[in-house]
Amino acid sequence: MIQKEKSMEMYEKMVRIRLFEEKAVELFLKGVLPGFVHSSIGQEAVSVGACSALRRDDYMISTHRGHGDIIAKGARVDLMMAELFGKRTGYCKGKGGSMHIADLDLGILGATGIVGAGIPIINGAALACQLKGTDQVSLCFFGDGASNTGSFHEALNLAGLWNLPVIFVCQNNLYAESTPQRDHQKIQNISIRGESYGMPGVMTDGNDVLVVYQAVREAVERARKKAGPTLIECKTYRWLGHYVGDPSTSYRRKEEVEEWRKRDPVKLYRENLLKMQVCFVKELEEIDRKVEREIEEAVAFAQNSPDPRPEEAFEDVYVGEYIP
Amino acid sequence: MRKITYRAALREGLREEMQKDECVFLLGEDIAEFGGTYKVTQGLLEEFGQARVRNTPISEAAIAGAALGAALLGMRPVAEIMYIDFSTIAMDQIVNQIAKVRYMFGGKAKASLVIRTQGGAGRSSAAHHAQSLEAWYTHIPGLKVVMPCTPYDVKGLIKSSIRDDNPIIFIEHKLLYNEEGPVPEEEYVIPIGKADIKREGKDVTIVATSRMVMRALRAAESLSEDGIEAEVVDPRTLVPLDEETILQSIKKTGRLLIIHEAYRRCGFGAEIAALASEKAFYDLDAPIKRIGAANTPVPFAPQLENFVIPDEREIIKGVRELLG
Repeated sequence: MIQKEKSMEMYEKMVRIRLFEEKAVELFLKGVLPGFVHSSIGQEAVSVGACSALRRDDYMISTHRGHGDIIAKGARVDLMMAELFGKRTGYCKGKGGSMHIADLDLGILGATGIVGAGIPIINGAALACQLKGTDQVSLCFFGDGASNTGSFHEALNLAGLWNLPVIFVCQNNLYAESTPQRDHQKIQNISIRGESYGMPGVMTDGNDVLVVYQAVREAVERARKKAGPTLIECKTYRWLGHYVGDPSTSYRRKEEVEEWRKRDPVKLYRENLLKMQVCFVKELEEIDRKVEREIEEAVAFAQNSPDPRPEEAFEDVYVGEYIP
Repeated sequence: MRKITYRAALREGLREEMQKDECVFLLGEDIAEFGGTYKVTQGLLEEFGQARVRNTPISEAAIAGAALGAALLGMRPVAEIMYIDFSTIAMDQIVNQIAKVRYMFGGKAKASLVIRTQGGAGRSSAAHHAQSLEAWYTHIPGLKVVMPCTPYDVKGLIKSSIRDDNPIIFIEHKLLYNEEGPVPEEEYVIPIGKADIKREGKDVTIVATSRMVMRALRAAESLSEDGIEAEVVDPRTLVPLDEETILQSIKKTGRLLIIHEAYRRCGFGAEIAALASEKAFYDLDAPIKRIGAANTPVPFAPQLENFVIPDEREIIKGVRELLG
């Protein structure tokens, strides 16, 4: 049984992700944001369920579609929004952008634009904790597409071999960019790949935040007890295209999208909280309004922030002096 | 002063840094009981144990990724990639992740790690075990590239590389491991970014790297018999490059010959030639001469391999051409 405070916090985070992403989409379509944006709308339950099972001092690595994961691990939306705007007040001083947000103090070891590349890195974080003798665990998010990379296979093999305290969380949203899962791998359940590497493979409903939370919590306990890594597959769905502006109509049917939208993870959790009488509608509405204000404030903060000075391009390439 | 081999000097450097700092650990293929393919790490397992001298599967991306993850948490890993040819498997981790985390994350992360590897031909190892790929890494902002050629340099530079907070690509040469040279008993380090004039001369500057320094020195001795005094400059580190020492030497001699074992086309010699033409053009009395391996894969048969890899005769011929 989850404490009410925790239940409400999980709801708040899901709403924060949803509203942040909706705002990012809106701003991008208005032409305000540079670059491109990968929306994680529809996958909130995976991010929040998984990160809610972690402590603040545990580590996490995310992906190019990482806003949700990062918010779930506790990141500040104002610093994130400023980063999306490319401002010097952003999380990475405008050098990383949407795909590369890190907050080492929160255990967010960044996000990578190369599919699957975070998986080998998470092993190193876990190894450092193992060598230091702490009970911290490390969690890596990645998608179904990443499960076909060499990085995935090399890293899971090593994690199993070294008994590393890692939780590998596959956000199986059924599409690797535009390629449906049936066209990129023979198997349906990626979780079965855990067995090859000597770790449990767990399959979950990635649209049910409590199911994800429970599965990751068990994996975290295993890892803390030094019983090794776990692979968890969370079946979910990416409501929008691969990037904002991709209508996704060339590779998936409207009906399919509609079916998944009916299983809206935020709505499902909201209904669940009310049904289980965890809280009153009023309390949820208060959270909704609070987060709405937060996002508006984040946008204002970003818009009012200074741009980086051109010469800042030369900073942070190296520790110490720039090498021309 | 005592004389020891390049291998022994390198091992001493690793051992001293491991004794000094518990955060230093080694990982790589066959480095523990087996002591490494070229026996550099022999005996370190017995002294430091399995936790700090870690054998890995043949998974170069997983090795490099694990080194990065551990470095992000403050460790100082030294990852061995058995042959620089194999580092191509880890290219994403090295080029996209290790080199860029600090910058992408706005200066919050440090990739304090060393990738030790070795290259070079001369053993009929053919096209997959004999390349000199340093230019692949010198091209990438965020990395430092170190290429020592004497026992003294390799020890002093491995120590400063391990202590450096930046990622270092540390490139040894397979035919240098047995070379002996003077190495003091007392501790010393060599700063990264400082070239060494291996032989003084007034008539021509030879900039040579790695094993080609030895060939340049032998060529210089032959030339000396004919009254031609070549100055041999060993940059020792390619990034950062000690431009000043090279430019000073050109100012003195007015002639520049560059030699490396890497393919001539787009080899690091092109960068040095560009440096000289941009900053020492009016000091030059003759066109710049650039010698490198032929632009062919490294062949197997000794007759072919010897033909494509530059030797003393080519250096002597080049110098004579420069002197008209």
